[in-house]
Amino acid sequence: MSATFRAASGGRIDRGRPLHFRFDEHDYTGFAGDTLASALLANGVHLLGRSFKYHRPRGILAAGAEEPNALVTVRRDGARVTPNLRATQVELYQGLEAQSQNRWPSLELDLGAVSGLLSPFIPAGFYYKTFMWPRNAWQRLYEPKIRAAAGLGRAPEEADPDTYSSRFAHCDVLVVGAGPAGLAAAAAAAASGARVILCDEQPELGGSLLSEATVHSEAVIEGEPADRWMANTVRTLAAHPRVTLLTRTTAFGYFPHNLLGLNQRLSDHLARPDSGQPRERQWQVRAKEVVLATGAIERPLVFPGNDRPGILLAAAARTYLNRYGVLAGSRAVLVTACDAAYQAALDLHRAGISVKAIVDVRSGSADGVLPEAARRAGLPIETRSTVIGTSGRLRVSAVRIQRLDASGVPAGPARRMGCDLVLMSGGLTPSVHLFSQSRGKLAWDESLGAFLPAQAAEPVRSAGACRGVFSLAAAVQDGTRAGLAAAQSAGITVAAAIAQMPPPETSAVGILGALPLPRGIRTGKAFVDWQNDVTSRDLALAAREGFRSIEHVKRYTTTGMATDQGKTSNINALAIVAAELDKAMPQVGLTTFRPPYTPISFGSFAGFARGELFDPVRTTPMHDWAARHGAVFENVGLWKRARYFPRQGEDMHAAVARECLAARGHCGLFDGSTLGKIEVVGKDAATFMNRMYVNAWTSLAVGRCRYGILLRDDGFIYDDGVVARTAEDRFHVTTTTGGAAGVLALMEDYRQTEWPDLDVWLTSTTEQWAVIAVQGPSARRVLEPLLEGIDISAAAMPHMSVARARICGVPMLLMRVSFTGELGFEVNVPADFGPAVWQAIYDSGQKHEIAPYGTETMHVLRAEKGYIIVGQDTDGTVTADDAGLSWAVGKSKPDFLGKRALQRPAFASPYRKQLVGLLTREPQCVLEEGAQIVSTPQRAAPEAAIGHVTSSYYSASLGRSIALALLRAGRARMGETLYVAMPDGDIPVQVASPIFYDPQGSRLNG
Amino acid sequence: MLLIDCPYCGARPELEFVYGGQAHVARPRNPAECSDEQWADFLYWRDNSRGVHAERWRHTHGCGQFFNALRDTTNDHFLATYRVGEAAPALERVARPRT
Amino acid sequence: MADLSTARQQQVVATSPVLRQLPPASRFVLRGGPQALVAAVGALGLPRSDSPCRAVRNDGRAALWLGPDERLLLGTADAAGETESLLQRALAGMPHSLVEISHAQGAFELRGARAATILNTGCPLDLDSAAFPVDMCTRTVFAKAQIVLWRTGAETFRVETARSFAPYVTKILALAACEAMS
Repeated sequence: MSATFRAASGGRIDRGRPLHFRFDEHDYTGFAGDTLASALLANGVHLLGRSFKYHRPRGILAAGAEEPNALVTVRRDGARVTPNLRATQVELYQGLEAQSQNRWPSLELDLGAVSGLLSPFIPAGFYYKTFMWPRNAWQRLYEPKIRAAAGLGRAPEEADPDTYSSRFAHCDVLVVGAGPAGLAAAAAAAASGARVILCDEQPELGGSLLSEATVHSEAVIEGEPADRWMANTVRTLAAHPRVTLLTRTTAFGYFPHNLLGLNQRLSDHLARPDSGQPRERQWQVRAKEVVLATGAIERPLVFPGNDRPGILLAAAARTYLNRYGVLAGSRAVLVTACDAAYQAALDLHRAGISVKAIVDVRSGSADGVLPEAARRAGLPIETRSTVIGTSGRLRVSAVRIQRLDASGVPAGPARRMGCDLVLMSGGLTPSVHLFSQSRGKLAWDESLGAFLPAQAAEPVRSAGACRGVFSLAAAVQDGTRAGLAAAQSAGITVAAAIAQMPPPETSAVGILGALPLPRGIRTGKAFVDWQNDVTSRDLALAAREGFRSIEHVKRYTTTGMATDQGKTSNINALAIVAAELDKAMPQVGLTTFRPPYTPISFGSFAGFARGELFDPVRTTPMHDWAARHGAVFENVGLWKRARYFPRQGEDMHAAVARECLAARGHCGLFDGSTLGKIEVVGKDAATFMNRMYVNAWTSLAVGRCRYGILLRDDGFIYDDGVVARTAEDRFHVTTTTGGAAGVLALMEDYRQTEWPDLDVWLTSTTEQWAVIAVQGPSARRVLEPLLEGIDISAAAMPHMSVARARICGVPMLLMRVSFTGELGFEVNVPADFGPAVWQAIYDSGQKHEIAPYGTETMHVLRAEKGYIIVGQDTDGTVTADDAGLSWAVGKSKPDFLGKRALQRPAFASPYRKQLVGLLTREPQCVLEEGAQIVSTPQRAAPEAAIGHVTSSYYSASLGRSIALALLRAGRARMGETLYVAMPDGDIPVQVASPIFYDPQGSRLNG
Repeated sequence: MLLIDCPYCGARPELEFVYGGQAHVARPRNPAECSDEQWADFLYWRDNSRGVHAERWRHTHGCGQFFNALRDTTNDHFLATYRVGEAAPALERVARPRT
Repeated sequence: MADLSTARQQQVVATSPVLRQLPPASRFVLRGGPQALVAAVGALGLPRSDSPCRAVRNDGRAALWLGPDERLLLGTADAAGETESLLQRALAGMPHSLVEISHAQGAFELRGARAATILNTGCPLDLDSAAFPVDMCTRTVFAKAQIVLWRTGAETFRVETARSFAPYVTKILALAACEAMS
């Protein structure tokens, strides 16, 4: 085994379960409990990628979510490829395959690194400055090249075969982060009886406690060893019936009213996920109270050459040692700006790593508890010193150390010190991401050198390191305090006394910004943002070039962008800009924290909403019959509607022509079930209808139907449909398929808020009825044999009448209506009976050559009659008069929706667009819907269109094409020749009446 | 996703509601007597408040009722919800500040 | 996805102890003033109740509060005619609207300790028994569909959905049940 950098003992890994994995064509072995990063370090692999802009060799900087460098692609198969995963968070499994990113042809020999040699010529804003000319070249040339050369990983090219799940959850107290403060908060809230959810992004609860040494640890909580306290607390929580523990679950977003988005990774850590198991589950948790225990992130130090592989954050190296039993190197130099980082040197020293030097960059004499312990252990401490450079090609091999003079500037001789590991600590930055997302205000704490949560905008508390309470005992106390207070605020009686908030601590105060250099920070390549290759020099340049707002500096230099969103870099960048501008930090401001905290897969957001479940697929009761009879369906809103019923060898054109001729010549059968239906009932139903629709309803007798038009109050057509008066106090209102929900909502709005005094109620009956339209000269003869208790002769049941009776033994609402211009009936039966009644009508129609027809034929038939379709022949700017429907408007009514608008002078203009028919000079030419109409042929210059084609079909009945159009002053242009402008030439058309077929309407009344 | 206190059903997730625009814009009793300007005011002119805004919501996927709400547009906090026909309550309640 | 949502899910619907289709029922939407709503509940022999979001029931019938002026009246499939005539008699002279929607909706029952969790796959309500006790009922949403949810027992829910949305709702419930049971 090549794990030469594994400590002999210790760590939370399972040494009894070796796991084989592959990274960039090399095979390695790690242990269960490893991350990819820890396993690679255990194998001595430090080089993990190339940097974004300069293609510099990069290693592992951190041990958690903040990792900016070690981005890898994990590949299970052709479709299961996930780029940009942080190796520090990828759990090792048997057979894991990972690849480095952003290198070509190989990680060790990267030709892109030549851009590193050019780096003096690639300063901040380089792309903006260089690729501006010639203008078109950006799109065609530079941008694709830059994208190919740079980029962070590649997206998978196949569809994602995994499944994703979703869940809504509620709790009294949601605790984010299961470190010492979070565990304590959850335990305190749960013990009070609160319903608690505790989530943590790691596979194991414990947070920073997992990085404490498992042997010889001095960490103590509430009088017992920290690891025992942790295990006991987790056990108690797990056994609690009102507590939900979520590991591998990132709280990625904090949304209004205490709704948090959680992404739970269910199977990415498994070698062979169960086939039915979702990969991820997205939770939407509504919490009465939230406790944020999100910890803190260590800041890197900004010095030249700080980005070489082998240079890690001090706490990360400590985590690798204590949690994973990994020695990140053998000869270490610690560069630090705070006492807390000395613990890393002590732990490494005890594990047998040679600590060559502790370089303390502060001006003080380093006499805290931990520095004293380091002195006692014999570790060499270089106080008031700094690092001014490093060397090593693919791994750090030495640092250069220089003393700081009285003014804090490096001076005197520089010493070179060989090493293979550099640990750095600039102090801790509290993780306030979620608090800030919740719109809570942050306040700059000068003594701590950090932004801390201040005024909350939601019911939320912060506890522990994320509010500057770093030490173990205080963090646990703070967590308990927050947990109890949260439970109490959630309305639970809390027995225990709630302690005061402990104040923030200065033990982890470090340094902000760049370390001093002999000739200033504008020299050397000292990285601030590893992920975007932004140096202190770039930031200084941006300030010099006049950028003042940190938001602008961010966009100009790209600092804090990309997948890590500057978790390690933001505060240092801000400090550098503040120093350059000679302003205080809060005056320069902080960039906005936005969700997600770490990248979340698209699948997680989609959940079940993909494929056939992307949207509900609504089908009618007769859908299966249509499918069996070969119907081709189309989507109308969420509905599937039969579009046409092709017979052997027919295309749509042939099928529609045949269906049209059948309906006009004999009988057609059409499924109208998707039409919206609203039952308007009550003593004031007619009054209500009078106020809503343009028509005069009082005069409509019971048993009669009328074509109704609904305007909005702005006077434009909103919907239309046949309305049947089935009783003195009852109307059966039909709407368009797409308008059903909107019409009901509009009616409810006026009923509830404008006319609450009316005794009228509305009920949707859209799905109660199967609607079977029987249309054509034989319609009566087809239906008659099936009916009971009704005479449907022309005299007994004239056009636009309605009656209740029975068909095939089931109740029926029968309307004599027509959207085809033929004799027609619409049979409404309770939906379950639809298929049987349909079949009976179809059978009865066999001797009358009945043919089922679809929406395409319905469209042609109605267009032949000049009947509009709202939304196709109207567009929200069409009045009833524009559409030629002013005959329907009840002009003597005092008021109805839209009536006042009709008085506007603009509505009376003769130059409005009006509905007309168009006949092409060439009868076989079918116009394109949406085509523009002009008045002059062969124009030299562009000309304003005077109208457009709204409906256009080939009419088999007429043996030629027909079209409807909205045309300016259309009704005054009858007979004029106009032109439909198309890319390959004008099509001459003649303006005609929109009623092409049976203009006298004699067939309708047959 | 907001949590909205329906005056009939209690606190419910925003998914169940449909926003209904500014509240207390009554349709003129006698539209015919309105000038074009008055009618345009009724149809189109709405406040764009920074701060407390009276607005309509409908609990469409719940009890189906329209109701009114006072919402602070700067932080999305609801100060009150009340039934159609009721006057807007006085603004005494304020959001509790806390850390 | 495709494999899971066909074979496995059909199996779940067919054999699941968790999710089952309920038999046809008679359904009426009654809307009107308080007087009519109270009279109707009395006429059907149901316990009197005006509590929002609560159902009252006896053997075979139930009245679900859906809104201040709206009740969903459920009964056995053969009870439609009787319901209609009982109410016509009891509500004569009181302003109201009675509309039959028996065929407009379908119903499913979800049972078991995981029932609430399965529903929370797509339903955003707090279904803890303290927040959503037995006989609470409400219109709400499940994923992109509207449903009526009625807790009929400690671990039993009735889900009513418009007939054209039923396949969508049950497919997701079946997938969620698979997941919850695995």
